[in-house]
Amino acid sequence: MKREINFSESIKEALEQTLARDKSVIIMGLGVDDPKGVFGTTLNIHKKYRKNVYDLPTSENSFTGFGLGLAISNFKPVIVHQRVEFSLLSIEQIFNQIAKWNYMSGGKVNVPMVIRLIIGKGWGQGPQHSQSLESIFAHIPGLKVVSPSNANDAKGMLISSIKDPDPVIFFEHRWLHAIKDQVPKKYYLTKINKAKIIKKGKDISVISFSYALIECLRAVKFLKKMNINCELIDLRCLRPIDKKTIINSVKKTKKVLIVDNGWTTNGISAEVSSIINENINNKIIVRRIGVYNVPIPSTPSLAKYCYPDDVSITENIIKILKKKISKKIMPQRRKNLDQPDSNFKGPF
Amino acid sequence: MNKYNYLKKLHYKILRIRKIELEISKRYSEQKMRCPVHLSIGQESVPVSICENLKKTDEIVTAHRSHAHYLAKGGNLKKMIAELHGKITGCALGRGGSMHLIDNSVNVNAAVPIVGSTIPIGVGKAWANKLKKNNNIVVIFFGDGATEEGVFLESLDFAALHKLKVLFVCENNKYSVYSRLDKRQNSNRKIYRIANSIGVKSLKLKDHDLLNVYKKSKNIINKIRTNDMPFLLEVDTYRLLEHCGPNDDDELFYRPKKEIINWKKNCQVEKYNKFLLRNRILTKKRLLEINENIFKEIDNAFEFSYKSKFPGKEYVYKHVYKKDL
Repeated sequence: MKREINFSESIKEALEQTLARDKSVIIMGLGVDDPKGVFGTTLNIHKKYRKNVYDLPTSENSFTGFGLGLAISNFKPVIVHQRVEFSLLSIEQIFNQIAKWNYMSGGKVNVPMVIRLIIGKGWGQGPQHSQSLESIFAHIPGLKVVSPSNANDAKGMLISSIKDPDPVIFFEHRWLHAIKDQVPKKYYLTKINKAKIIKKGKDISVISFSYALIECLRAVKFLKKMNINCELIDLRCLRPIDKKTIINSVKKTKKVLIVDNGWTTNGISAEVSSIINENINNKIIVRRIGVYNVPIPSTPSLAKYCYPDDVSITENIIKILKKKISKKIMPQRRKNLDQPDSNFKGPF
Repeated sequence: MNKYNYLKKLHYKILRIRKIELEISKRYSEQKMRCPVHLSIGQESVPVSICENLKKTDEIVTAHRSHAHYLAKGGNLKKMIAELHGKITGCALGRGGSMHLIDNSVNVNAAVPIVGSTIPIGVGKAWANKLKKNNNIVVIFFGDGATEEGVFLESLDFAALHKLKVLFVCENNKYSVYSRLDKRQNSNRKIYRIANSIGVKSLKLKDHDLLNVYKKSKNIINKIRTNDMPFLLEVDTYRLLEHCGPNDDDELFYRPKKEIINWKKNCQVEKYNKFLLRNRILTKKRLLEINENIFKEIDNAFEFSYKSKFPGKEYVYKHVYKKDL
């Protein structure tokens, strides 16, 4: 049987295997060498690579600038924030400096750098620990933005991101960290400009990314039993977006549900919808769902309404296809929607 | 005469930069330099005297008022003038303009107009030098306004913590655009003392005297190089023209008349013109020749720029990424 490891283990493996080959990689962030090691993703790496792992003062904007200084001096920094929201303190360096450095130097100075941003969800994370802010980063020319949804892609795409000559914003969803997948032991690269067709189908294209894709998978599996064949596409890369894979699929199915991992308004789903409209002249039905356009409340009694889940995704697909499925066989909403799985007992 | 060589060199550099800035000011109305310019006129002595103590491999980062820093560190004049004109021959192919002068061949590594933002970038470069175990120093130039930014304090902390070879240079010209220092900072807040309290040794000079800044910074730079430590030097200086643009703006009356007159009297170019003549280090004739040569060089640089091409449409999408997508 092929080896299975979870998402956080595969992130750690990618970091270690890159460090073994390239001593210019610098892992930096709050708590990267602490006893928890950023959800296990950097755990104990500093013991073997003492000169490549740095805990930092709580100075997000400055240490992102330090990272830029390293990156333009032949190092490859990999910064990590345990929640996306902490990176907002460093938006100045990311948007004004890092994203523009290569362009405004006339192509003379590129910035090889990775910023890992972890999205929270559930267990009362509340308004400031649960935002999916992919679209604001993906809005900026000069940045590349990726968002793998499984351990296999996570490893290959992180290795590629570190090797990439440009700044890459690497989104990780906290709820993906514990999910296992087949991950080769060897060092390998996965492209960071290609979407992936997870399941082939002809009835409808379901386009998603990050953790939202896991919910889509559940829905698609159920619908398959109902003889509805969805084509499930994992965007994986949010800038650049792989237009070709989207267009080819939609041309075939003529119907699309985009399941956004974040808010729909001005979101990634809006961009995907535009790509479809601008590139296909035939009549296509495009619908999108995503996180409710509100700050996420801490209480589970309200938060459970805010995210798309397998049930709401299934309902939306059925509606687009104008099919009917009896209520008796429809999947029921899971009980504890604030937990990724029953093993998760909090706190973070 | 040899013992005055360094003085002649300093004098030549400050004179040259002043002439270049005056020429930009003069020609700005041609409307060919279509970008904001923050002229260094009045503030040249600090960059000139500090850069004179640096090696070519030492690095500098600076901010929006950066012409003097770029030139003092050895940045190419033709490329600078072309950059101001938005030409393809500019140091950043015309995409940066006056506020983004960089010349990696002489280690002018960053210049940006977001106040304070190059401070951490410079510290990052110094960190890289430490990791590479080389002996290069990074000089970070900024103004008094930048010391109000969080990144200033954060960067001092990190430089002190990791004992980085950085010289923080605060050119205190007392004004952030039109806002006087005493409207922005408590009178007990001394910039050089802030550095001290964070663990970065510092020195304050109340005058921007060319020779004095040169001598003091020479000592400081030696200390940084041999002792692996950061240092902050704060120097009071003064811009003689408006914050942004080719003219003076004395008619706006945000600066006391007396203050302006006093600093004009303290012009380092005139002071050292006189000093060198009086002490017969230079003859009048030689000074005229120097002026003449500088003028020719500047004229050539403008001619080079005028004759250079603008980047064509094919450049719009180029260099957003290392390899075009």
